[in-house]
Amino acid sequence: MARGDLSWTDGTLDTEAGSVPRARTRLDLRDRLGAVKARWGIGRMDYSVSPGLYAVGSPGAPSPVLVSANYKLSFDGLRGVLSGRDAWILVLDTHGINVWCAAGKGTFGTDEIVRRVRGAALDRVVHDRVLVVPQLGAPGVSAHLVRQRCGFRVVYGPVRVEDLPAFLDAGMTAGPEMRQVRFCLRDRAVLIPVELVMGAKYALLPAAAILLLGGLGSDGYSLARVRATGLPGAGLILGSFLCAAILGPTLLPWLPGRAFAIKGAALGLALVGVWAILGWPGMSAPVSWLHVAAWTLIVTAMNSFVVMNFTGASTYTSLSGVLREMRFAVPAQISGAVVGIGLWLTGLFVRGGGGT
Amino acid sequence: MRYLEEVATLELDVTRCNGCGMCMRVCPHAVFRLENRRAVVADRGACMECGACARNCEPEAIRVRAGVGCAAGVLTGLLRGTGPTCDCSGKSACC
Repeated sequence: MARGDLSWTDGTLDTEAGSVPRARTRLDLRDRLGAVKARWGIGRMDYSVSPGLYAVGSPGAPSPVLVSANYKLSFDGLRGVLSGRDAWILVLDTHGINVWCAAGKGTFGTDEIVRRVRGAALDRVVHDRVLVVPQLGAPGVSAHLVRQRCGFRVVYGPVRVEDLPAFLDAGMTAGPEMRQVRFCLRDRAVLIPVELVMGAKYALLPAAAILLLGGLGSDGYSLARVRATGLPGAGLILGSFLCAAILGPTLLPWLPGRAFAIKGAALGLALVGVWAILGWPGMSAPVSWLHVAAWTLIVTAMNSFVVMNFTGASTYTSLSGVLREMRFAVPAQISGAVVGIGLWLTGLFVRGGGGT
Repeated sequence: MRYLEEVATLELDVTRCNGCGMCMRVCPHAVFRLENRRAVVADRGACMECGACARNCEPEAIRVRAGVGCAAGVLTGLLRGTGPTCDCSGKSACC
């Protein structure tokens, strides 16, 4: 099988079922740069390894088989903790998606495991017929069906790959702390770049609209006003988005409320508060209270929406909960934005175009 | 961190439970506990409806509407006229 880029391998290993590439356990600069790029969403959907069987160290028939996804970030995380160990890695075709998300979609699933076990003739490579599957793969995998269909027993490994060595050393047992997902500051912080990249469309379009509309006034359209009113307005939209996408995930546990839309709205109001304390920078004097009201609504609605969209990246929100909060949040966000923009436009005409 | 309580669609039929403990092993939020060799829902409010427990319950004692708690996915589903989805047909931004 063609396997594409194999810069992270160091040769092959001959087995009963043919030759298998051997993966290095030390990540090099190229792997680390690739990880940074993927975190920023650059080529993220093509950051994959070829599915199939790989070796780590010098595995033999008694060595464990570790199942992974073909997202290179997932695969690298796995081989990176296996230094000094002999193991097999069975990479499933998850279309370059990580284990948990792919399990939710079913591509990391029972059918694909059975197909890869057969494709790699794994029963001729190992004795024990045990597959160590990441626990977060369980939403897509039925352990009992895998056993029925290919004779391999699934043992669920720990949630975090860094716990895998301890799990293997403990005879493939995991304590309760290894079985629970967390969402600590570091977990949230690594998601910020992709939130910025993926959410940018929600900010750039409105910012461009505000920039252009800023030229409107009771005396017609003026390019000077585009600069005086439209430009700072576009800046406020972009600043508001950056705050939501960076501070939302960072401050998540400390923002009030359970619903992410509420957390975002609170963050938006806090930003408006800070803006007021700073003396409304970007707003031309005298301050238009119509525009203060307009921006309060717009910034709050926008922060609420951006933080609400972070539910998908979080590790603890349920679909039922998201539907529940969206039922009140989305109408509120739309109303806030529409009324806010209405007030802002009204302000342009009432003041003859003054103010931001 | 906890999300909205009392919304999860998780249902456990204790009469079908064989006490294998698989739900405890696969649940990422410690929702289940074993009592007298039977699973009990110890913390329903922590359930994120990932569906791992139901999929790995051989006697089919667990039911849950599995899905991804993703607002963007719900909006995508609404716009496409499908149900909530985190599936992306293109190669663009996808989780």
